[in-house]
Amino acid sequence: MKTIQVSVVEEILSANDQLAVQNQRLLDDAGVFAINIMSSPGAGKTSTIVATQNLLKDRLRLGMVDGDIATTIDADRAAAAGMQAIQINTGGNCHLDAVMLSTALREMKLDEVDLIIVENVGNLICPSSFKLGTHRSVLIASIPEGDDKPYKYPPMYRGVDAVIINKVDLLPYVKFNMDYFIAGIEMLNPGVKTFPISCVTGEGLTDWTDWLYEQVAQNRR
Amino acid sequence: MHELSVTQSILEIALRYGNQNSAERITHLYLVIGDLSSIIDDSIQFYWDIISRGTIAEGATLHFQRVPTRMVCFECNHTYLPERGTLACPNCNSIRVQVSAGDEFRLDALDIETDDD
Ligand SMILES: Nc1nc2c(ncn2[C@@H]2O[C@H](COP(=O)(O)OP(=O)(O)OP(=O)(O)O)[C@@H](O)[C@H]2O)c(=O)[nH]1
Ligand SMILES: [Mg+2]
Ligand SMILES: [Zn+2]
Repeated sequence: MKTIQVSVVEEILSANDQLAVQNQRLLDDAGVFAINIMSSPGAGKTSTIVATQNLLKDRLRLGMVDGDIATTIDADRAAAAGMQAIQINTGGNCHLDAVMLSTALREMKLDEVDLIIVENVGNLICPSSFKLGTHRSVLIASIPEGDDKPYKYPPMYRGVDAVIINKVDLLPYVKFNMDYFIAGIEMLNPGVKTFPISCVTGEGLTDWTDWLYEQVAQNRR
Repeated sequence: MHELSVTQSILEIALRYGNQNSAERITHLYLVIGDLSSIIDDSIQFYWDIISRGTIAEGATLHFQRVPTRMVCFECNHTYLPERGTLACPNCNSIRVQVSAGDEFRLDALDIETDDD
């Protein structure tokens, strides 16, 4: 018997990441673009998804995959807005992973959608570690959560392609220093797109949907 | 919360490299974990003891090398470990800074036992 050391140097989440690559290939073969929306509970993921559907439905067919721990409330809201909605049962899990998305994609009628929006489980910690295979990741922050969130949850702000800052209608009522907040995002993820929006007043929403539409269109070329 | 699936990945990688190298036993695993990756050593150890049972990696010792979050300042090029509660540069107070280390999470090496020959 002899003991030797074997060099490995492999990223530990590679099993998940490999499946994520397969998910993206499946989506690409079907000509479907997908985004992953993450936020803390109640920041406005479902509200933003429904508003996005209303602004884009004349140009794109939208689907929604909802990762919820217990209910189908959010998937029902999306379906009521006219989206093909699939509910993922996360079995109490605090994040979606590539396996769960792959199951949902098999259920979805991919030839009937152009854009799938995945609503991740409301959580500012775990979802950042698990790639799903979507083409873009978007984080929604919201004004009442406070302007210190990038400083307290840095991993979440790394590796996303856009940050939506929701509930700007509440700015007059909440102490929130937008410059401080943006500076925090900028140091973690230089050059990332930011979209201040309100799902209540509709402010800023078309900037967001124009950007999203452009991402979908670019992917088709 | 997701340490179980993470530990399963560690076991999968270890067994794959163990088999490729004809290991009879895997005795030590060397993990590198950045502080930004929000992974807790104790939970990995807890799941490891359960899921490695009955495999050639049963009883292997896990070594955790923690990598602190490191920032670099664009204004003055200072490299530093951020203080609790702020990420700003302690040298010049700038917030034009960027993370340069701390989100690694990988298995670097294994010690294995093989038949000599
Ligand atoms: N004032 C204000 N309230 C909003 C806005 N957007 C959403 N809300 C409210 O915030 C609450 C949560 O919104 P949701 O869209 O359900 O948030 P979510 O992130 O999907 O929540 P979970 O799925 O439970 O994590 C609801 O009461 C919404 O009406 C906004 O722009 N302004
Ligand atoms: Mg929701
Ligand atoms: Zn500096």
